[in-house]
Amino acid sequence: MAREFRLGGAPHLPAATSVRTVMGKVLLALLPGVALSTAWHGPGVLLQAALACAFALLLEAAMLRLRGRPLRPFLGDLSAPLTAVLFALCLPPWAPWWIAAVGMVAAIVFAKHLYGGLGYNLFNPAMVGYALVLVAFTRELSGWPPLDAPIPPGALLDGVFGGGVPWDAMAQATPLDTLRDQLGQGRTVAEAQAGDDGRSAWLALAWTLGGLWLLQQRVIHWHVPVGVLAGVLAVALPLWLYDTGRHASPWFHLTHGALALGAFFIATDPVSGAATPRGRLLFGAGVGAMTVLVRTFGAYPDGVAFGVLLMNACAPLLDRWLKPRPFGHAR
Amino acid sequence: MATAVWVLGLLGVALGALLGWVAVRFRRAGAPLADAIDKVLPQTQCGQCGFPGCRPYAEAIARGDADINQCPPGGEAGIRALAELLGREPKPLSADHGVEKPKVLAVIDEAECIGCTKCIQACPVDAIVGAPKRMHTVLDAECTGCELCIAPCPVDCITMVPARAGLAGWRPSRPLPRLTALVDAARLP
Amino acid sequence: MNAPQRLFAFPGGLRLPEHKDAATRAPSRACPLPPRLVLPLSQHAGQAARPEVAPGERVVRGQRIARAEGLGAHLHAPAAGVVVAIEDHPVPHASGLPAPCIVIDVDPAAGEAALLPALPDWPAIEPAALRARIEDAGIVGLGGAAFPTAGKLGRPIDLLVLNGAECEPWIACDEMLLRERAPAVRDGGRILARIVGASRIVLAIEDRMHGALAAAREALAGADDIAVVAVPTIYPEGGERQLIRVLTGAEVPSGGLPADLGVLCHNVGTAAAVADAVLRGLPLVERYVSVTGAGVADPVTLRAAIGTPIEWLVAQAGGYRADAERLVMGGPMMGRALPTDAVPLVKAANCVLVLTAAELRDDAPELPCIRCGECVRVCPARLLPQQLHWHLRAGDFDEVEAHALRDCIECGLCAHVCPSHIPLVEWYRWGKTELRVRAEDRRRSDLARERFEARKARLEREDAERAARLAARRASAPAATAGDADDPVAAALARAEAKKRGAATEDADGA
Ligand code: SF4
Ligand code: SF4
Ligand code: SF4
Repeated sequence: MAREFRLGGAPHLPAATSVRTVMGKVLLALLPGVALSTAWHGPGVLLQAALACAFALLLEAAMLRLRGRPLRPFLGDLSAPLTAVLFALCLPPWAPWWIAAVGMVAAIVFAKHLYGGLGYNLFNPAMVGYALVLVAFTRELSGWPPLDAPIPPGALLDGVFGGGVPWDAMAQATPLDTLRDQLGQGRTVAEAQAGDDGRSAWLALAWTLGGLWLLQQRVIHWHVPVGVLAGVLAVALPLWLYDTGRHASPWFHLTHGALALGAFFIATDPVSGAATPRGRLLFGAGVGAMTVLVRTFGAYPDGVAFGVLLMNACAPLLDRWLKPRPFGHAR
Repeated sequence: MATAVWVLGLLGVALGALLGWVAVRFRRAGAPLADAIDKVLPQTQCGQCGFPGCRPYAEAIARGDADINQCPPGGEAGIRALAELLGREPKPLSADHGVEKPKVLAVIDEAECIGCTKCIQACPVDAIVGAPKRMHTVLDAECTGCELCIAPCPVDCITMVPARAGLAGWRPSRPLPRLTALVDAARLP
Repeated sequence: MNAPQRLFAFPGGLRLPEHKDAATRAPSRACPLPPRLVLPLSQHAGQAARPEVAPGERVVRGQRIARAEGLGAHLHAPAAGVVVAIEDHPVPHASGLPAPCIVIDVDPAAGEAALLPALPDWPAIEPAALRARIEDAGIVGLGGAAFPTAGKLGRPIDLLVLNGAECEPWIACDEMLLRERAPAVRDGGRILARIVGASRIVLAIEDRMHGALAAAREALAGADDIAVVAVPTIYPEGGERQLIRVLTGAEVPSGGLPADLGVLCHNVGTAAAVADAVLRGLPLVERYVSVTGAGVADPVTLRAAIGTPIEWLVAQAGGYRADAERLVMGGPMMGRALPTDAVPLVKAANCVLVLTAAELRDDAPELPCIRCGECVRVCPARLLPQQLHWHLRAGDFDEVEAHALRDCIECGLCAHVCPSHIPLVEWYRWGKTELRVRAEDRRRSDLARERFEARKARLEREDAERAARLAARRASAPAATAGDADDPVAAALARAEAKKRGAATEDADGA
């Protein structure tokens, strides 16, 4: 007897991956860095991540409802938690709770949903959120707790929820802050870095480890990280060679601040980045170069967020210009 | 702070210049407007727009005497193309001028045809051949499906058939979006 | 053997799960004849064939039952029997629409096979005659495209590639053919090379097909005219353009043919069919076909008569399992789903694949493109699938054309790796037909514009002439009454002239 079958388009093979898997793997790859950061800065790191995640999911659900989109597939895609965690990792562990709230409103509502939701955002939501709170609440975000004296839980909770202000008493400038201040006062790089034990290289290494795993899993590809590295070298190396007293070394740039995190986790955000191989290389290079430029000449100690946002704006253009030559077309 | 203002200001100027350059560099060459409009019209030459053919309609649009939503054969896609060309908002097809239909071809029932030549005179693209008192036929390759030959035929021997039929004319349909927003939304309280 | 072949890489590509063991475990089996064969008149690229038999007529195996029209291929009876009908019948096509077929009730006792004369001394035969034999045997490309083989043999060729790189998962008919009939592939390759004057022949086989490689090397032991090359197993290695790139490093120009590079590529099954046609006089009436997938009880590769119902083939493979979900003709990447198994095996069908839910894309909702660029990485045509999809959705066909949609080979990799589960290839298939229709519409509308303008000019000219004639008559009338003094000859000439012109326009009317 003839049998009827349901139709379906080719390819029939099950899909190789899903958005949820991709985002989940990126979250997993953050673990080594998060663990090290927690060990150094105390549970505040985790608290900030949890806070941001909660706000992100809430806002995401509300926006999906408002826009009449299905909740399940989009809440389950893990893109909102990833945005939240990347944002939270840029905050000092004792930042007050409303910083996460404001940042997530900027990220999820403005940067993501007002642009059309997942896949349509022109700018990296986490970095939009961070840039906004950085510009608006510079003071609250400038001080980090000293590495060797983790904040006691009471002070932490007081700082985050109570509006207590522990940072004036205990805050320590980050190496990047110190560098800018000291250079501003006419000291040399060597003098500015006197107190820096170079420990942050370990954190950079932890991010790099996670990044390498993502590379191995083919979740990200080499173009962006290599581009960032090249961008940093291209700007920092000549400056450093020109005047080692006034400019930090490329190694210093690479191992401090959010560069390693940015190279593997933030600049590799697919949605707001370039999608062509050569576009990605240039995208990364732009991020690296902008970061060093902002650090050296700009008004803020770190420049990863600004670099990423600027390159986000250029990504569509990069993709257009660096379109690969289709197979069989004349060179 | 001042540095930031300077940097942002300069950036703005630089990006503005870039945008300006892109706009100039990629501007469409301005062909005479009526020609450009005529290129977009379907050339069915059916007269449903109220003008004796596509070219006169194109000229009317170019003069500003006609709206862009009067051509049923061009349909929605045609209106969108016109809107884009003229930098206007698309609008729905004007119902006064007709409705969008699938493409058709005229076929003359050759047994019925009395050879009156009326259809030959009506055809805007000379797609019907035949001598007086002899049976006429339609050249498939040239027929635009304008239906202008139907009314004049005294014995009603002309019919319109779908232009793309059967296996050879089969086309896959546009994929349906599988993001079943409606299903999930219905489950919401 | 020739000097070791240097291999190149093609862009993109991916290693896929192979699943080849299912249909290669046992040797191929001859599929018993079904009670009824259904032969579509159009199972090749080009025009449908025209039937040469009538219902009620007896036919024997190998007899020509329909002849090629224009670009096309002849059709032969795969078995003796009686033609019972020439009618519309469901065919393996995505539309599910019926097409004209010749239906034969099989009766093996109905008569001796009528084969073409065998040509064992083919090396002494003119290439043109060999090519005519391939045409007479109704051979088409058996790799899936079904392009009439003789139609590809017209241009001078330097390198002949025998394509045994069967890269889609599950399909194993070329592998089984090579294992069992490598000498036929070899002979067919030599015949094809003689026809096109190729100086080099390469038999490309994927490096995981050990049995096929061994058989091919054995068949070619001591010969140095055909190089057996093991190519890496990467989907879509077996695509003609990809394989040529791997073997020569050159890219077949977009919109061009391999012959533009002096290369000709034929599937190994086609080569074996050529050998059969020349050495045994056997037209193309049967082929190797894998009946496989987790949805059939006992996967197998069969040698089956063209026209055998799919239903019958699956029965030979032990029938369906309870959880069979989808029927596909071809492989899981590029094959087309069939709405029913009441359709016949056609010349181009290399595989009947029955998949269960576990081996199918789920119906999980599609998410928006997250621009991850995975599709860009795997695309063997070096396209930007995500941009193509974006522009197709927006209906911006000029951009679609600018992004070279026509160079998409529909390999399916982009949709396979897309984390958002966007059915990209469905968009491309739709977009390609849409582009074709648009080009056709544009051609027609240009023609209509031209004819409209020509008609307008003609009407204006006729009006002007009519007016002129009227004026001339009015002017000449008083002159005539005044006594035809002036120049009667000139007036008569003018009248004749006007009449001739009038007749000419009437002719134009009639044309
Ligand atoms: S309505 Fe008919 S005549 Fe008018 S523009 Fe459209 S196709 Fe041409
Ligand atoms: S693989 Fe899918 S989600 Fe990723 S860029 Fe391509 S189309 Fe978009
Ligand atoms: S289906 Fe087309 S676009 Fe997609 S990967 Fe294959 S060739 Fe590229």
